[in-house]
Amino acid sequence: MKELNRREFIKSTTVATAGVATVASGISLTTFAAEPKETDPVTNEKRWGMLIDTNKLTETDIDDMVNACQEEQGWGEETHSNADQKPSWIKKVKVKDTATQRISNLALMCQHCEEPPCVDVCPTNASMKREDGIVLVDRHLCIGCRYCMMACPYDARSFVHEELTNQKEHMPRGKGTVESCTMCVHKVDKGEQPACVEALNGDAVIFGDLLDPTSNIHQTLKRVQSTQIRADLNLNTGVRYSGI
Amino acid sequence: MSIIRYEQTQGKSLGFYALIAGLGAFVLAALGSVYFMEHNGHHVTGMSNHIVWGLPHVFALFLIVAASGALNIASIASVFNKKIYKPLSRLSGLVALALLAGGLMVLVLDLGRPDRLIVAMTEYNFESIFAWNIILYNGFFLIVGVYLWMMFERRMNKYSRKVGIAAFTWRLILTTGTGSIFGFLVARQAYDAVIMAPMFVVMSFAFGLAFFVLVLMASYKWTERPLGDAIINRLSNLLGVFVAAVMYFVAVYHLGNLYLAENSGVENFILMDGGIYTQLFWYGQIILGGLLPLALLYSPATKGNRSMLGLASVLIILGGIAQLYVIIIGGQAYPMELFPGKEILEGYGTIAAYTPTLAELMLGLGGIAVALIAITYLVKFLPFLPESLADNVADPHHKN
Repeated sequence: MKELNRREFIKSTTVATAGVATVASGISLTTFAAEPKETDPVTNEKRWGMLIDTNKLTETDIDDMVNACQEEQGWGEETHSNADQKPSWIKKVKVKDTATQRISNLALMCQHCEEPPCVDVCPTNASMKREDGIVLVDRHLCIGCRYCMMACPYDARSFVHEELTNQKEHMPRGKGTVESCTMCVHKVDKGEQPACVEALNGDAVIFGDLLDPTSNIHQTLKRVQSTQIRADLNLNTGVRYSGI
Repeated sequence: MSIIRYEQTQGKSLGFYALIAGLGAFVLAALGSVYFMEHNGHHVTGMSNHIVWGLPHVFALFLIVAASGALNIASIASVFNKKIYKPLSRLSGLVALALLAGGLMVLVLDLGRPDRLIVAMTEYNFESIFAWNIILYNGFFLIVGVYLWMMFERRMNKYSRKVGIAAFTWRLILTTGTGSIFGFLVARQAYDAVIMAPMFVVMSFAFGLAFFVLVLMASYKWTERPLGDAIINRLSNLLGVFVAAVMYFVAVYHLGNLYLAENSGVENFILMDGGIYTQLFWYGQIILGGLLPLALLYSPATKGNRSMLGLASVLIILGGIAQLYVIIIGGQAYPMELFPGKEILEGYGTIAAYTPTLAELMLGLGGIAVALIAITYLVKFLPFLPESLADNVADPHHKN
């Protein structure tokens, strides 16, 4: 009988262990998939997105969305910063078509690009995109260079210009770092909807998994005509608009 | 041409200490400004969420760009083998390192979290041109440091050409990287142009040489060492060529942008109705920083006059700062095209306001002061300067 040397032993046990691990992870996926838990790893099987219908969205709706965001995330109470320095995670934008004179109102925030320029330019990997498409800033890695703000095509990011107090427990913010819409990742991970979406009655804003064929957002996007802001940049945004 | 003897400056005179004290005051003011800005947060500056890079970045990028340009004199000597520049090589390397140190100081101290510099050194995103720049800047210190060693150490002299070529290549890549910080920003009308990178390289030639000429003339005058016309006239001609080249690139950049309908808005803004930016462009960058220096350097009435060369160099530096102000701040002030074909009535789209504060200005000037202090001290401790640059010493074609 051939004697098993150390190298072969390691090889065979590694293969066996890897095999068991693969099968086991498959089992756990099928077993627990039904009920999302905060501790579940984020995967690219989902891509969170939003569809904003500007035909249904009133100006009051947008104000409600902004207020809900401020309340949920705790921004907007800054006392020292001037209007241009205050954070603005989500804002109301009113546009007029130069040919038809048609006016639309929309809520503008981080568009959660698939190819986010802010992530490309960030020197320290503080700007990052989760596997499920949510673009975030890691406040521990952000050195406050603001290059991401230069790169963002949507004016979506803010720099904290002053010392902050009374922060929300789930949303630590810090003077000298950059921040933007997190798509309420802390709620989404618990199976809830972002605060701005919850603030509205009706379906002017739909939140959901863009990849899930059974989701409302997926099916609506198939049915209605929608657009991405600055679609020419090919960033494949997670936030889509219809009616503009 | 005789053998070049290098010698430290004495650095004991009242003038020396007065210079150090004066520059030191600027450095202290800069540090005070940093404390003020970091303690309170950036709300005490003129910067905002729309003008995210302000006056400190203008100075920082000016110094970084000028740093790589200041190395040119050494490169011309060792890479292109022009003997007349050889005695200036050591000073050229020193000015380059000093300017880079000053520029980086300003850049780092304007970060939102300068205390996290270690993060910038340990966490690299290799897709970020900014991260590449951190590597390029550190590498520049290393390569130019080695280059200086090759020049100082007689046994190593034979390698100085090879290291000189490496340093020259590195500095070209470095300035390309600095220009690309802007050139790669696709969403901003003023920046999205590949020409930004070579334009920054040519700008570095002009700004770096202007700074070098001032340092050279001041140090020879104040140490009462001879500085002949041969070197001065060469540098003066070279400076003129570089300034003309910058103007050429600026013209191509704006003409190219005007040709694209999508960029006509930002071009109108900078060239015609941008208020302070239009004024800085025409009066600062073009007239004071371009046409006037060219006239001073080439017109028969002023050509060869050292005061006029000094004035031209000062104007080129001021024009360069104006140019970077227009590029960096003007480019941010003009709003991005969020909705092509639509007019934004509310929420975004106005020209962003920016009024620089004293603290920002002092931080920027502090960067220049740090560079000058480094030069002033190091020429005292190491033999950077030839004891004579008189024509019979420095000019290889001199006939007695």
